[in-house]
Amino acid sequence: VSATTQVKNAEPSGSGSSPVSAGALVTVLRYRLLLAAVVGLVALSAVRVISGAGDLTSGGTVSAALTLAVPIGMAGLGGLWSERAGVVNIGLEGMMILGTFGAGWIGWQHGPWLGLLAAILFGAVGGLVHAIATITFGVDHIVSGVAINILGLGVTQFLARVLLEGTPGGGQSQSPHIPSLPTPSIPGLADALTPVEQHHWFLISDLAGIIRGLTTNVSVLTLVAIALVVATYFVLWWTPFGLRLRACGEDPYAAESLGVRVYLYKYVGVVMSGALAGFAGAYLAIVASGIYREGQTGGRGYIGLAAMIFGNWRPGGLVSGAALFGYTDAMQLRNAAAVHALLLVVAVILAGLAIYALVQRRFVSAGLAVAFGVLALFWYLASDVLPPQITFMTPYITTLLVLALASQRLRMPKADGLVYRRGEGH
Amino acid sequence: MTDVVTAARTNPVTQDRLRRIGLSLAAPALAIVISLAITSLVLVSTGTQPFHTFKIMLDYAGQPRTTTLIINSAVTYYFAALAVAVGFRMNLFNIGVDGQYRLAAMLAASVGGAVTLPAPLHVGLIIVVAVLVGGSWAAIAGLLKVYRGVSEVISTIMLNFIATGLVAYLLTPGRLAVTTQGSNNIGTKPIPASGQVPGISLVPDSPLKVYGLIVLAVIAGFAYWFLIERTRFGFELRATGQNEAAAVASGVNVKRMVLLSMLISGGLAGLVGMPQLLGSSYTYSLDFPAGLGFTGIAIALLGRNTAIGVAIGALLFGFLDNASQILDLEGVAKEIVLITQGVIVLSVVIAYELVRRYRIVAQQRDVGRALAQAEPVPHDPAPAQGASA
Repeated sequence: VSATTQVKNAEPSGSGSSPVSAGALVTVLRYRLLLAAVVGLVALSAVRVISGAGDLTSGGTVSAALTLAVPIGMAGLGGLWSERAGVVNIGLEGMMILGTFGAGWIGWQHGPWLGLLAAILFGAVGGLVHAIATITFGVDHIVSGVAINILGLGVTQFLARVLLEGTPGGGQSQSPHIPSLPTPSIPGLADALTPVEQHHWFLISDLAGIIRGLTTNVSVLTLVAIALVVATYFVLWWTPFGLRLRACGEDPYAAESLGVRVYLYKYVGVVMSGALAGFAGAYLAIVASGIYREGQTGGRGYIGLAAMIFGNWRPGGLVSGAALFGYTDAMQLRNAAAVHALLLVVAVILAGLAIYALVQRRFVSAGLAVAFGVLALFWYLASDVLPPQITFMTPYITTLLVLALASQRLRMPKADGLVYRRGEGH
Repeated sequence: MTDVVTAARTNPVTQDRLRRIGLSLAAPALAIVISLAITSLVLVSTGTQPFHTFKIMLDYAGQPRTTTLIINSAVTYYFAALAVAVGFRMNLFNIGVDGQYRLAAMLAASVGGAVTLPAPLHVGLIIVVAVLVGGSWAAIAGLLKVYRGVSEVISTIMLNFIATGLVAYLLTPGRLAVTTQGSNNIGTKPIPASGQVPGISLVPDSPLKVYGLIVLAVIAGFAYWFLIERTRFGFELRATGQNEAAAVASGVNVKRMVLLSMLISGGLAGLVGMPQLLGSSYTYSLDFPAGLGFTGIAIALLGRNTAIGVAIGALLFGFLDNASQILDLEGVAKEIVLITQGVIVLSVVIAYELVRRYRIVAQQRDVGRALAQAEPVPHDPAPAQGASA
């Protein structure tokens, strides 16, 4: 118990600020997140009214966005577990690939739940390999992660060839159909909200669409995913275990000096990370497509990692990052006219950012925001449709812009990516 | 032979050098043995005889046609691996070689297809465009790192996706692409004969020719070695990679180094698509090979970022990729080599790390012994280099 309190006391000084100001900062950040959500919603709604692109906030779009956001969010959550323990995990992609295969191979024969279990196990094995390489052998984290991506892809392609070829409806690059999981809705809500949505009232219809999308035909795995985010937040930030795990990511030698078994905590973080990446893969295979297919992950492991960095190594932040990726992905898949209207949304948001930056006297950021905002506005006015390939690029450009404008405010765990050897702290 | 052994026993400097060479060969050898063992295990568990499988692959690789294909793959991989290696030497992870070479090859192919020039100029123009495009695309990540503190790992990954979108956008009929008659494939306008590089008949009795740009690969390899090992720039690059704080203290401008090495890395990445573009396809079409950037990362790790090591790694990967094509006919899943490749990469990085640690321990032991004897011994020529090279 005394070790716990000591670590607890040590933590705020580790982040370089007094407890009071840290608390104030958290409050400000929370309000800012809420404020950003409200501003974003108003901007979306206004643009929908102006452009008439109803699909911007329709229930269908929101529902699709949710399905697309969950795998990214789960990969990001995996990254969070690993990086909070001080191990950079760029191997999420490979672990996710292993997960999709596990879900497809076991899932089509024994049902989705066992498929999910297999995916989690496969991903966890990938995580274990990463842990052995980085923690026990001290290999550079990025090097090991890249190697795991290559290995995960290779193992999966070989196993698929051996285990799936000749199966009914399957082949060397895809599995037979996996039975689907239940998709419950809140009864009566959709019937009540659909008419409201169809009136196209400013804000009210948008809210109705969003609520309908979030409450109708939601896969049980989505609910599990939401529970996992909440559980992660609780475990990592409100338990002694989580405090110790995060201490390993901030200053492993300090943690070591307080008797924390750093190797063990890092192993737990990285294996958990692999398991969550496996879950993300299972979600893609079971919920999003109903089969395992080669190349199904499409780099979502990397995007999950980007969403986590976007979210400043915090669960709430990574959820908003995943939502952003999921939303633009959904827009791109659903409706060309609505995608074009997104340009106007971007221009409005950038205008807001520019004003905010001006108030804060950050003139370079303000100038950049104005330049890109004018560009987006001009593009919106000069064209009628946005080519799908350009929409495809939006989340990645957004990530780059956010990192370029806000990277100084991001704070990763202090010892993230550094090789730790027991007893070698100086 | 005996002379060498006696000399090594008597002269501590030679002894140290021999040990260093032995150790640096031990790591890749160990990795290859481990990966062969694991591959064999997998093969046995799927009911295949491993040694028979290896023999089939070796026999097939010995055929002149396959040998040519192996060399051709290796030439392409070599550029990719060198591009990655430049960054690695200063702890810079250019994961974006993939996007850089695809964008570079596509734009260079369009330029090459649009102009007609005398042969050497035409080829030169295409290559220069490719190098410039690759370099500029990589420079975005360099600028973001230097001026905005964005990790190059994330920015290059994002730039890969953006390059994918950009290539798909530009490679549509009406923009930079034309439809090929009689197929669904679309590509850039074919490069006329003056922009093509003829092959070389390097392998006797082979119906295929080796890419003419193998010459450029050799030059690039030599230039890489010279730049890294023999110039001030290379010294500063390695110094930054090994100990950034010490490099800064000794006057290295790290920001400039990051930008320059990103430019060089991207420029080399621009060359990745060239052997295929100028030597066989003459157009950038939808089926232009993708993912070579990641192969390059694997090979750079395997070859320890040295010009020779990377060349051997490129040949090994070329062998595995091409010789495995026969396996399907023999009833063995050819994807087995993907496992071999993955295991090699993972075990080689672990083996290098173990060797590095063993070296440090051995050096500390030597120093301890020398101090204990308290008599003047020949000073180790470069202890710091030995510890981390």
